[in-house]
Amino acid sequence: MTFPHASPFILAIRRDLLLAARHKTEIVTALFFFVIVVNLLPLGIGPDTDLLRKIAPGALWIGALLATLLGLQRLFAPDHADGTLEQMALSPQSFTLLVAGKIVAHWLVSGLPVVLIAPILGVQFDLPGRSLGLLMLSLLLGTPILSLIGAVGAALTLGVRGGGALLSLLILPLYIPALIFGAGAVEADLAGLGAEGHFSLLGAVLLVSLFFAPWATTAALRVALE
Amino acid sequence: MSRSLVNWFKYASPASFYPLAGRMIPYFAAAAAVLGLAGLWIGLLVAPTDAQQGEGYRIIFVHVPASWMSMFVYCVMAFWSALGLAFKTRLSGMMTAALAPTGALFAFLSLWTGALWGKPMWGAWWVWDARLTSQLILFFLYLGFIALQSSIDDPRRADKAGALLALVGVINVPIIYFSVQWWNTLHQGASVSMTKAPSMAHTMLAGMLLMALAFWAYTIAVALARVRCIMLERELSSEWVKRNATE
Repeated sequence: MTFPHASPFILAIRRDLLLAARHKTEIVTALFFFVIVVNLLPLGIGPDTDLLRKIAPGALWIGALLATLLGLQRLFAPDHADGTLEQMALSPQSFTLLVAGKIVAHWLVSGLPVVLIAPILGVQFDLPGRSLGLLMLSLLLGTPILSLIGAVGAALTLGVRGGGALLSLLILPLYIPALIFGAGAVEADLAGLGAEGHFSLLGAVLLVSLFFAPWATTAALRVALE
Repeated sequence: MSRSLVNWFKYASPASFYPLAGRMIPYFAAAAAVLGLAGLWIGLLVAPTDAQQGEGYRIIFVHVPASWMSMFVYCVMAFWSALGLAFKTRLSGMMTAALAPTGALFAFLSLWTGALWGKPMWGAWWVWDARLTSQLILFFLYLGFIALQSSIDDPRRADKAGALLALVGVINVPIIYFSVQWWNTLHQGASVSMTKAPSMAHTMLAGMLLMALAFWAYTIAVALARVRCIMLERELSSEWVKRNATE
């Protein structure tokens, strides 16, 4: 190790980011999947601007959910296949911190690009400037929740038959609160109702999942490694 | 203290629980039949016709107990899961696995009867009401649990993974319920209010309680029968199964 004094948390983030940087296609593929899914919706629904403005927050949020799912299957699988995960579990460092680092790296690679590109897609849906900012903020608060809860599902389905489809079945129902408050914040603001309540609740869900998810993921990984 | 603990843990072993479950099944099955018939008799024949809904409301005697059961069974599954993770008892995972299909059945039944009830009363098979939506999501959670358990070959791992999922789910169920409720109130006005339940006649309440008890007894009987099958399947090579098979 080149950083003997760095915490395992930082090391795990560095390592996963480095790995992601060496396989750029994966990041780009997930991001373009998001862009394409969101762009397909107007094609299916029709170019009515008023309607599109109304469905924009929901459309972008659903795109974000699906894009997150795409990257989740690769969160632990390669490390599991080459034995790295087992070494992490056996290391004297806290396994939970290492796992938390991996989750943060996953968010940086799959969640953050979605947040950054969202305004461009929002413009396509004719969202006003204020809504674009709120949409970014809601995704900024919400996409970490998707990574955190998704990590639990990825750990539970690690090395299991039909992992990808099973992962979606397990995780998508648990994403509902994030979807409701995230998309709802922008919609409430568009309707003139104020978005503070939604943001508070989204933040609360983030804190709860921040507290429980790394722990539950670690427990699920230990089950998978037995 | 220590004595009662020993007695309880005795039945945590499949070998001693198997015969106990076998003895309990007939009683609960009989109770389910008797209570169910009594409940249906009160519900279909004795209870007065509703002033607003006519005879159509009588599906309530299946619908409401089924909804209660579907939520309650998930909590029981979470209870067994926590117990199984804390004490590493094999029986807990088996009980969770045995309860899941019944819970899913009740969730489905509650949605189905709700749709049948909704069509004549509200003019729609489905409305995006908070209770309907969260019931649907509960059904998805059951399906996810069953899918996860059945796709893991190693039963120990399947139990532990299922237990973790059930616990994550039980934390989420109230969050989902309230988020859906709030989402609904924002999107559309209260076009359909299910909270303003008309004050119920005593006979209606009695019928519903009898049906709920019948569903309880049915759930226990079916879960015990299923857990006996799971025990035999998993412990096929053990001594007590062979002893039971030869008897």
